[in-house]
Amino acid sequence: MNIIVLGLNHRTAPVELRELLAIPDSRMGEALARLRAYPGVKEAMFLGTCNRVEVYAVVEKGEWGFRKLEDFLVAIHFSLSSEDLLPHLYRYSDAEAIAHLFRVSASLDSMVVGEPQILGQVKAAYELALTHRSSGVILNKVVKKAISVGKSVRTNTRIGEYAVSVSYAAVELAKKVFSSLKQQVVLLVGAGEMGKLAAQHLVNHGVKEVLLTTRNHHRALTLAERFQGQAVPYEQLRSTLPKADIVICATGAPHFVITKDDIEAAVHQRRNRPIFLIDITVPRNIDPAVKDVDNAFVFDIDDLKAHVWHNQDERLKEAAIAEKLVKEEVGSMVAWVRGLEATPTIMALRKKAEDIKKTELEKTFNRLGELSEKDRGAIEGLASAIVNKLLHGPLVTLKAEAQSQNGFAFIEVARRFFELHERELHAQDIQSQESEVSDEFSEESHSQKDLQ
Amino acid sequence: MAEHLSFLTMGLYFGGTLLFLAFLLHRSEVLVKVAVFVAGAGFLAHTAALGMAMVSTGQVPIMTFQDAMSFFSWGLVLVFLVVGLKRGLQVLGAFILPLAFLSLVSATLAPAEAHTIAPVFQTVWVHVTLSILGTIGFAVAFVAGLMYLMQERLLKSKQFNVLNFKLPPLDVLDRLNQRSILFGFPLMTLGILTGAVSAQLTIGSYLSWNPEQVWALITWVFYFVVLMGRVTVGWRAKRAAYLTIVGFAGVILTFVGILMKSPQAITQL
Repeated sequence: MNIIVLGLNHRTAPVELRELLAIPDSRMGEALARLRAYPGVKEAMFLGTCNRVEVYAVVEKGEWGFRKLEDFLVAIHFSLSSEDLLPHLYRYSDAEAIAHLFRVSASLDSMVVGEPQILGQVKAAYELALTHRSSGVILNKVVKKAISVGKSVRTNTRIGEYAVSVSYAAVELAKKVFSSLKQQVVLLVGAGEMGKLAAQHLVNHGVKEVLLTTRNHHRALTLAERFQGQAVPYEQLRSTLPKADIVICATGAPHFVITKDDIEAAVHQRRNRPIFLIDITVPRNIDPAVKDVDNAFVFDIDDLKAHVWHNQDERLKEAAIAEKLVKEEVGSMVAWVRGLEATPTIMALRKKAEDIKKTELEKTFNRLGELSEKDRGAIEGLASAIVNKLLHGPLVTLKAEAQSQNGFAFIEVARRFFELHERELHAQDIQSQESEVSDEFSEESHSQKDLQ
Repeated sequence: MAEHLSFLTMGLYFGGTLLFLAFLLHRSEVLVKVAVFVAGAGFLAHTAALGMAMVSTGQVPIMTFQDAMSFFSWGLVLVFLVVGLKRGLQVLGAFILPLAFLSLVSATLAPAEAHTIAPVFQTVWVHVTLSILGTIGFAVAFVAGLMYLMQERLLKSKQFNVLNFKLPPLDVLDRLNQRSILFGFPLMTLGILTGAVSAQLTIGSYLSWNPEQVWALITWVFYFVVLMGRVTVGWRAKRAAYLTIVGFAGVILTFVGILMKSPQAITQL
């Protein structure tokens, strides 16, 4: 049995590809059913956000499971072929898979490290899996733990402050132009993560209306649903600008999307009512020359960062603390999962029975004093017979049921009945596992530093 | 007694000015309470002084240049206390209080007997009062415009310093600017009309085309255009701020004109 994850994210795949793999909630039941229909896939969960598409599954054999999940992903969209998809996929199994989910949930794997939405997205994915009965004992426990790890990282480190602080700065600055945001119209151009965060922050302050436009109108419609706003065709960006009091630009385009002329025209049409623009992307999407237009106020990401005190070292330090928190939790989760396999459970149960038999026999022999060899043999035989007969039924059932759909549930129940604690029994295995995981982490955090 | 009260007023306005300027330049929010308290105390002393003068002369004390300036200064502080405290714009004090203090000082610097407006007509005080109230409106618009330009400059240059933090949002300042003119302009219009009527009744002509009358008319037309511009072609925000600062310069020139006028000229009004 293996826990595996197959997926792609903002680092490994372009947005065009990630978009193709999106599954609407309404079709999630069908998709999860299809996943579960692959023989050997015991549990499954689909996590889809704008920055990642991941399938988590509990499968009988890892390698084989990955192939099934690949088939599943390719089948999501008719225009996809496995040649398109394979180069962008990453695969993790067991301890690595658990660590990955924990890091995702803790927002350590996000494009904007510390952004708060991913935790809600993991929860939503889990709830969908629960609704459609595609998760089971293992995923339930692992995902719940991932959510609690995510929460604990948010509360125990200051990792969320960066993402929040930039959006916060945007709101604070906007409030230097507009005393109240309640009467203002916000226009979000593009669907960049930071832009959506800033827009969300503004919406939380209660703006009058949200307009959205992205090059891909379909995405604008999805965003409009989320912000309860109105999607505007991208071609109408220029004619929409005068309506907006606050413009947030986060398109990811490598050129200026809004020029000085656009803003001059917009301010003119607005009869000099000030317009407030935030350019949250790098490279910039709003021509910096816009600052020379009267009554137009443009701020880029550096200005926002300057507005609130913000220290890069501090952020890396907080991320390191978060990584440590995640790592600690991965260890105990791995141990629990290992314990769910039939063989170690049977062995553990046998060993426990054997231990009890031994101690009880010793006590009895000590109390009885001198005994003949024959008597001792008879008493030992009796004890062994009781233990074996008592265990026979459970062990046979366990072996048989372990192969069934609900196998893990059976094993989990058995472990609880017989009080088998994974920690004690697998101490050595766990230690070796943890050192593997920690190597992996240090590599990843190095590569993250490089990116920044 | 009245003299003591005026000195006390002046002292308190000066102290309030210093406190407000300190508040403007420091992160601390505590100073503003002290500053408002001192300004309020100054206002009470000022009101008492005006009241005593009114009781002793039996009329509104605005007929001398000093009295007029003192009344102007009192009205400014009143506007600050009402608008500033009601709208949470205590920071206005940092601009209005210095203006009130300077008005009082300029009043004492002018020679006392030279600029008494002769009570040629019983209702001339209506003209003076209305003009002063209108001027107070323009003065507040000027302060709002000044603050607007400061805040605008800070935001444009991306200087997120204490001043940027303390100054109100741009739209608040623009609205204050607009409302002050809406408050001041009708009063000034009535002031000019009553002045013209007084002139007609005393010297037989509405307008004698002396420099301060011309200035007053030019200023009036200017504010009229500013108001119309806002309504019709959107002269708001930065442009309105600039225009009201220019307009107030015109108002000050009119005052200087009155100050320069000989007592005879006033009697000839």
